[in-house]
Amino acid sequence: MALYSEKVMDHFMHPRNVGVIEDASGVGEVGNAKCGDIMKIYLKVENDIIQDVKFETFGCGSAIASSSMATEMIKGKSIYEAMALTNKAVAEALDGLPAHKMHCSVLAEEAIHNALKDYFDRNNIPYDKSQFPDCEHCEHCE
Amino acid sequence: MRVYADNAATTAMSQVAIDAMLPYFDKIYGNPSSLHSVGQEAKEALDAARETVANCLGCEPREIIFTSGGSEADNQAIISAARYGQRKGKKHIISTAFEHHAVLHTLAKLEKEGFEVTYLDVRQGHNVTARQVKDAIRPDTCLVTTMYANNEIGSVLPIAEIGAICKEAGVPFHTDAVQAVGHLHINVKEQNIDMLSLSAHKFHGPKGVGALYVRRGFPLVNIIEGGAQERGKRAGTENLPGICGMAAAMKDACDHIDENMPRVAAMRDRLIAGLSQIPHSAVNGDLKNRLPGNVSFCFEGIEGESLLLLLDANGVCASSGSACTSGSLDPSHVLLAIGRVHDVAHGSLRLSLSEYNTDEEIDHILKVVPEVVQYLRSMSPVWRDLQSGKRQYIL
Repeated sequence: MALYSEKVMDHFMHPRNVGVIEDASGVGEVGNAKCGDIMKIYLKVENDIIQDVKFETFGCGSAIASSSMATEMIKGKSIYEAMALTNKAVAEALDGLPAHKMHCSVLAEEAIHNALKDYFDRNNIPYDKSQFPDCEHCEHCE
Repeated sequence: MRVYADNAATTAMSQVAIDAMLPYFDKIYGNPSSLHSVGQEAKEALDAARETVANCLGCEPREIIFTSGGSEADNQAIISAARYGQRKGKKHIISTAFEHHAVLHTLAKLEKEGFEVTYLDVRQGHNVTARQVKDAIRPDTCLVTTMYANNEIGSVLPIAEIGAICKEAGVPFHTDAVQAVGHLHINVKEQNIDMLSLSAHKFHGPKGVGALYVRRGFPLVNIIEGGAQERGKRAGTENLPGICGMAAAMKDACDHIDENMPRVAAMRDRLIAGLSQIPHSAVNGDLKNRLPGNVSFCFEGIEGESLLLLLDANGVCASSGSACTSGSLDPSHVLLAIGRVHDVAHGSLRLSLSEYNTDEEIDHILKVVPEVVQYLRSMSPVWRDLQSGKRQYIL
């Protein structure tokens, strides 16, 4: 289908890392059902390394593909490398997203950052609060 | 197997319509406005097509204006009635909240000019009543414009009753019948319709051609200025192949309406019954007064675009009113108008059938849709929250 790149369709049709981690070290959820996108990321962190990551997504094809790609990009990486993941990198790894779908990659970045923030909070690891998204005040759904 | 279940978007052309068009590309290629014999042959074909279309609607040939499609016809009808009303100091229009954008955007333009529009509520029964129209009519009402049948949810409006009310009140009545022509019995005189828009490609005719029926004597305003075609009401050399294809498709559809309607409705009812088995789902639209081919559902916990992509991958071509398929952040205005909240409207599915669909195709849809809905729910955090009680079910 010409709507999306082959990479997007591959990750949409065969999403990697779908599911839940029951004893997750950090969980992040962004978006809301009113907008039509919700992403939830579960992290399993050991010695600052993301040993496992799972996602659940309610959303369009590119939202599911972005979650899948983003989880693949951080699996086995350090939490600091994961913090550096940008939506642009996710979109590029998918061979691009249509302009009106770029927010899907933003959601993937934010969901991962939120899960990391949850991990930092749980373990009393200090962090720069300004680095994290504030879904309450995001303009996406307005 | 690939099942085309998006006939409300467009239909495959019938062989009858294709055959009717072909001579007008290279054999009868004249301009109907030309005086010579080549032109006059084309003129004869144009007149014959106009007569066929008029017969299907129960009006006179001179009451038919050929257009580029339903949208143009809607624009011309509404603008004409507004200008006529304006001259008499009447600037109030009655419509419904679930009209097509060709109507809504034209009305929005008029509102900016100072017209007042009453959009009838469609939450009750996912339809309007003639009573609602009657109650909304004011001394300064210059037009009632309601669709004949809704393109997304299939509700068929009480057109004859609305027509009778408008006639009694002396208010012009336009109906956007794009989804109804060729699928339902229409007679503009019996139903007291003053203007009616139609589009050929919704009944196995070609794209880019439609018509506006206008009751004799109603003052039309031109949308396209130029030559004196269409009694001076619509300029531009007539799209003769398209018009002849439309006339043939329309006659074919109207001739077979009594056999097609029950057969298509039976497939529709089988789909509605089968898909209603999916838990936490709801049918959209009026179940009693409904287009024979329309099936519209909301499934809680999933999003429509991913549903469509997976259905397509499994051989089912359908449509949805989710935000991601509309290109905006809001889901379909029709689903919101009938009272579906955003969360649920995002998970909508429209299957629209025609007489070309088969029972085997319905079996395939009934197999694939529940599987895909279940798969998407299995990866949806919303569905998980609904199941765990963290979030309340809406449907």
